[in-house]
Amino acid sequence: MSGSATRAPVIEITPELVADHGLAPDEYEQILEILGREPTFPELGVFSAMWSEHCGYKNSRPHLRTLPTEGPLVVQGPGENAGVIDAGDGWGVAFKIESHNHPSAVEPYQGAATGSGGILRDVFTMGARPIAILDSLHFGSLDSPRSRYLLDGVVRGVGDYGNCVGVPTVGGEAIFDPSYERNPIVNVMCLGILRLEDLMRGKAEGVGNAVMAVGAKTGRDGIHGATFASEELDEGSDSRPQVQVGDPFTEKLLLEASLELIERDLLVGIQDMGAAGLTSSGTEMAARSGSGIDIDVALVPVREPGMTPYEILLSESQERMLLVAKPECESSVAEVLSKWDLEAAVVGRVTDDGFFRVRDGGEVVVEIPVQPLVNECPTYTREGVEDPEVRRLRALDIAEYSGPISDQEAAEALLTLLDSPSLASCRWIYEQYDTTVGTNTVVGPGSDAAVLRLADSGRGIAASLDCNGRYVYLEPRRGAKIAMAEAARNVACSGARPVAITNCLNFGNPLKAGTYYHFAEAVAGLGEGCRALSTPVTGGNVSFYNETPDGAVYPTPVIGMIGLLEHLDRVVPSCFLTPGSTVVLVGETGDELGASEYLAACHGVVGGAPPQIDLEEARRLVDFLVEAAERQLVLSAHDCAEGGLAVALAECSLGGPDGPLAVEAELRTEAPAAAALFGESQSRVVLSCDPVMVEEIVALAAERGLPVAVIGSVGPPNGRFRLAAAGVQIDLELDRIHDVYRSALPRRMEKQAGLTT
Amino acid sequence: MKIGIVRFPGSNCDQDCHRAVDEGVGAEAVYLWHKSHSLEGCRAILLPGGFSYGDHLRAGAIARFSPIMREVIAFARDGGPVLGICNGFQILCEAGLLPGALVRNDSLRFRSYPVRVRVEQADTPFTSEYEEGDVLRMPIAHGEGQYVADRSAIDALESERRVIFRYVDELGQPTEEANPNGSARNIAGICDEGRRVVGLMPHPERVVSNLLGADGLGVFHSLIGSVRATGDGTATQALEAGDGPAARAAEAPATQAAEAAEASAP
Repeated sequence: MSGSATRAPVIEITPELVADHGLAPDEYEQILEILGREPTFPELGVFSAMWSEHCGYKNSRPHLRTLPTEGPLVVQGPGENAGVIDAGDGWGVAFKIESHNHPSAVEPYQGAATGSGGILRDVFTMGARPIAILDSLHFGSLDSPRSRYLLDGVVRGVGDYGNCVGVPTVGGEAIFDPSYERNPIVNVMCLGILRLEDLMRGKAEGVGNAVMAVGAKTGRDGIHGATFASEELDEGSDSRPQVQVGDPFTEKLLLEASLELIERDLLVGIQDMGAAGLTSSGTEMAARSGSGIDIDVALVPVREPGMTPYEILLSESQERMLLVAKPECESSVAEVLSKWDLEAAVVGRVTDDGFFRVRDGGEVVVEIPVQPLVNECPTYTREGVEDPEVRRLRALDIAEYSGPISDQEAAEALLTLLDSPSLASCRWIYEQYDTTVGTNTVVGPGSDAAVLRLADSGRGIAASLDCNGRYVYLEPRRGAKIAMAEAARNVACSGARPVAITNCLNFGNPLKAGTYYHFAEAVAGLGEGCRALSTPVTGGNVSFYNETPDGAVYPTPVIGMIGLLEHLDRVVPSCFLTPGSTVVLVGETGDELGASEYLAACHGVVGGAPPQIDLEEARRLVDFLVEAAERQLVLSAHDCAEGGLAVALAECSLGGPDGPLAVEAELRTEAPAAAALFGESQSRVVLSCDPVMVEEIVALAAERGLPVAVIGSVGPPNGRFRLAAAGVQIDLELDRIHDVYRSALPRRMEKQAGLTT
Repeated sequence: MKIGIVRFPGSNCDQDCHRAVDEGVGAEAVYLWHKSHSLEGCRAILLPGGFSYGDHLRAGAIARFSPIMREVIAFARDGGPVLGICNGFQILCEAGLLPGALVRNDSLRFRSYPVRVRVEQADTPFTSEYEEGDVLRMPIAHGEGQYVADRSAIDALESERRVIFRYVDELGQPTEEANPNGSARNIAGICDEGRRVVGLMPHPERVVSNLLGADGLGVFHSLIGSVRATGDGTATQALEAGDGPAARAAEAPATQAAEAAEASAP
């Protein structure tokens, strides 16, 4: 179908129409000032998309500016399709995270699939071959059929897309809490590797260079998806037309074709036509280069006749890219695309007049100066006020829960926690993901961090995704710092040094003072974390309006942490592998049950302050872990997090590839029993080591000023799990806890599908 | 000695196969484009895993009509060694080079994890370096891996010793629990009557290094050894023949269908 945009009738710009486009009256005034006239209907659409929260970061930009974005290893910081770090020997790692919460709430399979598709394109447009996907999933309780439906669809969506394109999904997290009931959080992170000399950016330089639309044809799907992402989900939320449909097969062709174009040096710049489609890609590329761009929508290949310029400009049809060819390279570009059976059309030219000009055949329908459109989106700094309810919950007296419990209560609590879907084995999820395609996956899902091969350099890349929304809800700044510290600790447990982050900030409606307070405080906490851990932000995504009439989701700033591992053959697994090894706990266990999974799962209480976090200590712990791995002192290292020491030890025992190993451990502590066993005191790590290494480990920990204690030993397969603390002993058969741990998800999910495995 | 790896649109294990041949066993690996009509003198052909043509219609259903497959079919009929892994196995079944079909897993879900497979026969070009009864660990990653065929076909496979790999448990037994997808008699891989064409669902090319596991290396060592051993035999001549004549040797109906598919291929 050849592109021929249908001439739309002239539409009068009324205040109602402006409001329908999500633009405030003063914002409209600013548009009039920029244009020196009234906008056309397509121009109004362009402003609406570019000045939406999703594209324009209206309410977040002032805070995001406070985050550190520079560091010795940062090659590309925020503002590009993806961030890039220098991984040594001429290698770079490109990585980015993206949210697809609203589409997934409406149509989980396609919502999640297109989220994966978008983030893959962000990475390969940098010239990087994607080698891994991680997903951070937050859903409501699995007792609810809706949540089960959403989880099932999202897992299939993420899985099918990555499986088909041939990029393994290697890690992430799955958290379940009623706050996400109707608005799940679906964040997907992708990382890829590139030779730094091939680094490509989204630029539109060189007057007269051809601007080409490639990939899938443009259809009427997802028009104003960016605006959709910038509103609350309301009662009906039957917003299916705003959800796009993914085609991973085309994506795979696009991936190979793009990398071939970049390798053959045929491009000036390339960008995904993601949110706000042709509009955002065209204007952002021009803005980065200080150039202009002149496009004729009649030349854009479309899926159906009768599409108006407005629709073509704002369509979010998937698997499309905009690229600028080098001079004299148009035919070579077309040749490569044709080899991969892809559409390519020259739709315009780069100019130097600084305008985003769109024609429909002969007629100019859009003429907007690029700089103010892209860079002068109005931003707002609001006043945040803490919700008194949050303050009340944080101040809740939880002392009664940390007190003495019987052996049996402790054992039952451990079983309850291991059956909690947030803590249980995620195997049901990741067995639906191809985790090994590409043969780069050294450590896959089920560990603290995924570890990937960095080509043949002998070095590795570690990655983790983390956020405990309950902590952030109860105390945002501290919660964000904990998320940072935990992400760093997870990466360091594998032996890798954390080097940079990408973040996905999922919050409710920023116009509400309580949400805004959460946001501002959380970003401040992230900044502190980044600085303390020397892990700058290289990019990310803000997702506001994660809110339904039932309220907002827990504020959920998901941290995607990247680390570099000097010697891949010294990678440290997270679970126990060797009977007879000694178990060591690094870090202090306090009386800290606040905001814990134990309170929520065993007592139905959300309250108390989240545990203390000392970022300087977190930094020392990272240094300790990296050095311990480098010197090959430890056999395993696992972060002690939700569910406390008891759950961490159980995970170490149950996680091995050849079945569970017995544990015999005793913690000497001043803390009361429940807190000692299940409290979530930070900066703690469970290690296992050869008994002869204990002395060196203790010395190294002392050197770093970290508390350390030998707490037990790893036993044979088929034994018991024994953990004593504060006069209480948990003593359970391994098989029993193993069954609970691995059946928690399938038991709930396969019941729903009517299947048994 | 060149080993050809066919790249279909949607192949995604092609690079892993390349690496297994190249870095794994030090042989020369070349890519063969799906639109090509030449095997470029390759001495063995690998059909890699992935989602050729987006698995449209059925996994492997369109790939089998691609131009290169005419050559591969002729090559196989002349005794050339051909290995299909995962989607490659599906294509071989669709192309009629192997009997039976691979249908949706009995769980109705994509399954991906390391499984154990037992080497049932060590007399194929892809298993000669193993001993019968060896148990190998390899990942599976498929949604349509349930091997089915009618009872007589399965019985024939068994009696002709053409089941090459079987899913087994840690004790080497083909139990129901060890069967990841509901395949008939735990079949993970089979060969053709000539024993030169082998298809399997698990991914040997993903376990060819000390870092990631090396149980699959034997498949590639076997291949190299076997091609060397055939030397200048008849099979080799067929191998070197490459284009033209081989295409003519293909069955006429398949050729017509191939042209039709070519015209309508996405």
